[in-house]
Amino acid sequence: MTLFKTFYGTVAALAITATGALADPAIIFDLGGKFDRSFNEAAFNGAEQWAEETGGSYREIELQSDAQREQAMRRLAEAGANPVVMAGFSQASSLAVVAPDYPDTTFVIIDGVVDAPNVRSVIFSEHEGSYLVGMLAGLASETGTVGFVGGMDIPLISRFGCGYAQGVRAVNPEATIIQNMTGTTPAAWNDPVRGGELTRAQVAQGADVVFAAAGGTGLGVLQTAEDEGILSIGVDSNQNYLHPGSVLTSMLKRVDVAVYDAFSTPVDEIETGIHVFGLAEDGVGYALDEHNADLITEDMIAQVDAARAAIIAGEISVHNYTEDGMCPVE
Amino acid sequence: MDFATLIQLLDSSIRLATPLLLACLAGLYSERAGIFDIGLEGKILISAFFSASVAFTTGNVWLGLLAGVASSMVFALLHGVASITFRGNQLISGVAINFLAAGMTVVVSDSWFSLGGRTPQLETSGRFQNITLPFAEQLQGVPILGPIYHDLISGHSILVYAAFLIVPLTWWLLYRTRFGLRLRAVGENPAAVDTAGISVVRMRFTAVLICGVLCGIAGAYLSTSLSAGFVREMSAGRGFIALAALIFAKWRPWYALMACLLFGLLDATGSLFQNIRLLGVSVPVQFMQALPYILTVVILAGFVGKAIPPRAGGEPYVKER
Repeated sequence: MTLFKTFYGTVAALAITATGALADPAIIFDLGGKFDRSFNEAAFNGAEQWAEETGGSYREIELQSDAQREQAMRRLAEAGANPVVMAGFSQASSLAVVAPDYPDTTFVIIDGVVDAPNVRSVIFSEHEGSYLVGMLAGLASETGTVGFVGGMDIPLISRFGCGYAQGVRAVNPEATIIQNMTGTTPAAWNDPVRGGELTRAQVAQGADVVFAAAGGTGLGVLQTAEDEGILSIGVDSNQNYLHPGSVLTSMLKRVDVAVYDAFSTPVDEIETGIHVFGLAEDGVGYALDEHNADLITEDMIAQVDAARAAIIAGEISVHNYTEDGMCPVE
Repeated sequence: MDFATLIQLLDSSIRLATPLLLACLAGLYSERAGIFDIGLEGKILISAFFSASVAFTTGNVWLGLLAGVASSMVFALLHGVASITFRGNQLISGVAINFLAAGMTVVVSDSWFSLGGRTPQLETSGRFQNITLPFAEQLQGVPILGPIYHDLISGHSILVYAAFLIVPLTWWLLYRTRFGLRLRAVGENPAAVDTAGISVVRMRFTAVLICGVLCGIAGAYLSTSLSAGFVREMSAGRGFIALAALIFAKWRPWYALMACLLFGLLDATGSLFQNIRLLGVSVPVQFMQALPYILTVVILAGFVGKAIPPRAGGEPYVKER
């Protein structure tokens, strides 16, 4: 009986704090850390942009281990943060457990899908963006061989790889595409040495453009690409500035826009369900700035932009690996 | 597999074997003196961090190496004090070192560089450049030997050559000098060494410090030669693989070289041949990446025979009971 009393007491207290406190938004970064120059940093930039424009403040948690996920979500939800944004597909399974316990809190998960009435699942059409950079790679390659280095071997990363391969083949049907994954554990996101080694192996097989979709491992790929004098393609954030003249372009994934959107929309107006950010929504794309202006010709831009328009119009359909676990091109 | 691919594979093995070799020799000194050291991983990591940050700040890779070695020696000393002076459990002290390094590198780098536990990318002057050995270019055209010399032997960073030179040096030191005899004796029967009037504590501290130096070089190699900067947890278990190689090698320097090259080769195979087709069935990537570990078990169980560690290993030396 006393147990029940305490229980109800806690629930009541929580309800009061949840409604009483002025709801600040919150964000949970995934294991790579918010300055990973890639996915999490993009999320962080979106949050910062919101904070700058509105003068508001937000709460954040940088996860240090997998075990903290659920605890972090509960802590933020109980502290009254609303909405709570979760960056990263690995948070989906924990969120599926946590979300029903906090029906008044709106959760936004990026890169994952959770089926709950108070969750917005934001997914990106990485295959479409990868298709565009794949075209650029195919156009820029002189050897006709291009490489792909993925991080952890998961369907999401295969989606990048498959879209990329389709893009390469679209401009060069004869092209050889070497695809490698760094590993099968989360450590694969943070192993630049192995990333560099994979890149060298691909260079030895003739690759002269390498696309890295591998978080921190990708930095090793870009570095090695510069050392070996070939071109590389960054991912998620604009990574062109890391090695000007060597990074051909970056496959942009506007995680910042997704976070900014979630933060700036009034909580009760956030539509839950699945939201797809594709080319049409400018959710994905390729980066063009002063660091890679010399690498990309007018002709390349024209071809890629034409393909972009065709994809949006539905004339070109880019196969999505995660739909059936297959890729039409190898 | 053609000749060029083979050269490529061996070249990659050498690069990947070097940090293992340095760490393995580091463990060899320490364990031969009777101090088990599972903190190799932590020492590599702390050195990788300090060498990268100092190399970035000063723009001088040698200062970076120095800082890395110094930081690794401090950690080695910590292990020494805990396990020699205070006679603590060596395994626990080693685990503590690993955790300390994993946490400290991230916290310190976050406060120094605010890059979420990584250091900024190193410029050219902050990295060890690959050395082209004399006549490499001229000999390149010679069949067979040319590519072997030009692509395989030449064109590595100076630390790689240093690591390979340390192997005969270690052999000579351990088996041909008075110091080596005493070092081995301390690991087998410290009481006898003590009776001969030699300080066991001093011998063991010396060994632990040498271990720190070698781990330091391994860490610097990872962050300033193989890659350009520190990333959290970048040692990625290499310290533990080095320990396995040490057992493989039965605590002997030449065998250590062989064991580390084998692990390097397996690692390189895993990266280079991710999509092999054998007998019409494509071998999954996961299998290729697990191969080094599967082979470790197989070789350890079937081929190495009995690996007998130094008899006094793990035992703190108590002078009188």
